[in-house]
Amino acid sequence: MSSNLSKPWQAALDQITTWARINSPWAIHFNSGSCNGCDIEILATLTPRYDLERFGIKLQGSPRHADVLICTGPVSRQARERLIRTYEQMHEPKFVVAVGACALSGGIFQGCYNVMDGVENVIPVDAYIPGCPPRPEAIIDGIVKLLGSLQEPPADETDAGETIAAAAGEIAAAPHAGSEHG
Amino acid sequence: MQPQKTEQFTVPIGPQHPALKEPSSFLISVDGEVVTNAIVRLGYAHRGIEKATESRTYVQNLYLLERICGICSHIHGTAFAMGVERLAGVEVPPRAQAIRLIIAELERIHSHMLWLGVGAHQGGFDALFMFSWRDRETVMDLLESISGNRVNYSANVLGGVKFDLTAAHIGDILKALDYLEERTHHYLKVVTTDASFLQRTRGIGTMTRHQAEVLGAIGPTARASGVLRDVRIEAPYGAYVDHPVTTITDDRGDLEARFAVRIKELFESYRLIREVLDDLPPGDIKTRVKRKIPEGEAAFRVEAPRGELFYFIKSDGTDIPSRVKVRTPTICNMTSVVKLAVGHQLADVPMILAGIDPCFSCNDRMVRVNRNNGSDGWTWEQLRQHGIEYYKQRSQDYDPLVVG
Repeated sequence: MSSNLSKPWQAALDQITTWARINSPWAIHFNSGSCNGCDIEILATLTPRYDLERFGIKLQGSPRHADVLICTGPVSRQARERLIRTYEQMHEPKFVVAVGACALSGGIFQGCYNVMDGVENVIPVDAYIPGCPPRPEAIIDGIVKLLGSLQEPPADETDAGETIAAAAGEIAAAPHAGSEHG
Repeated sequence: MQPQKTEQFTVPIGPQHPALKEPSSFLISVDGEVVTNAIVRLGYAHRGIEKATESRTYVQNLYLLERICGICSHIHGTAFAMGVERLAGVEVPPRAQAIRLIIAELERIHSHMLWLGVGAHQGGFDALFMFSWRDRETVMDLLESISGNRVNYSANVLGGVKFDLTAAHIGDILKALDYLEERTHHYLKVVTTDASFLQRTRGIGTMTRHQAEVLGAIGPTARASGVLRDVRIEAPYGAYVDHPVTTITDDRGDLEARFAVRIKELFESYRLIREVLDDLPPGDIKTRVKRKIPEGEAAFRVEAPRGELFYFIKSDGTDIPSRVKVRTPTICNMTSVVKLAVGHQLADVPMILAGIDPCFSCNDRMVRVNRNNGSDGWTWEQLRQHGIEYYKQRSQDYDPLVVG
């Protein structure tokens, strides 16, 4: 969104972009060493009983096409590099959803010698969905809440598009907290 | 015109890839479209569970080991609990044994239906994927109504099970089994007659009986090649002693056979659950097990949905085990994928991989060869340092990565 339009045009364009972003987010799923439970529940949300796709959400194979990174697992040391890589390949603005107790804090594997104790120690996280594993309804609720938070009118005078861009910039500028995590 | 020099091209697949939901990396060398070599790189889901068991009590370990795998969580708990019960010399009440069997078979049904969906999805048959997952929710509802959780049921406690089956549960289970049996007949018909799906499965990834024996395949993968390997028959445990199973085998050894074997196993599970529910023994559902487990060693094997699951437990007389070793079925079947993929089209590789019903979260282990015949193991801190150093060195293989 680097076009130099006049302010009313820019605001209108930004509104359209936000509308499109909220109505059809594409998600990518990354398993960073989870026990499968959360992954199966994420897959179950796509199947007829829960049908996540009715919200316009599509599970996408390539990080380059995705807006939302759904991440499960406590992040094992070997998967860490790939998680960062996947995150980097996504285009701005990008959002990370941590699913399951392990992704939140390491869960039952907290303190194990080969895990990073949660996704937030490796990449910035926007939404957390607790549970071991969370029910499909909880996963849907978490993602819908994330999308709803994009829709909220900004607190100050700047328009919505700028806020999102600024928020995305902050995420990108955030220091890599987990790099020295032992 | 000079004949062109054939060049090998290596296709890296994974660890994040659209086909499977679990991290595993494959390096597949291809000559055109034909696979010439396949290398598998595991370990993305290695969390250090075996070491973690050595700092938790037996009761805590029950919950930890259940989370080795989210699909076959109950059978992990069962194997550990039964091993510890053997060490403690405790006789588990027959009703608890029967409930363990029922939940294990319900888990097998949910696992096989899940696999049917994933296998069909790999073959591009998404309609079957959606249907089988819709019907799988029937089993998930049952497990939830019995245990309160959809995935990690934690049905086991040391010395029995946590919850009883009420008459309402039994009625629900019998009703659900009737529905599932009808649907399973339909699925069996689909995978054995649908012409386009058969082109993806018939004659693909054929493993002969000899190969299956040499490669050490186990579980339904081996049974689809005509090798009768089933712990429920070889060494019956728990309620399987009184309720024997009939094993389904197939001699063809290709993907079609693996589909057929797993779907036919569903019928066997339905029959078994009905049989056990018919004469569910009355009585208690648990006995008391002392907190401290007597010194000794126990090995216990059970039949997980994917094959033989082996547990070794060593106790030093305290309430914390001194060693727990887990051997899961996927690692035994993984060599067959690497062998069978050679000579097939690249597009068949996901199907061949899905054919063994892989579960990577189970199989990622660390092995250290002790050349001095000493018995000194690594401490937690040493392992942590080793992990940090190892991956620091390895990360130099990649371009330097900085977030932001």
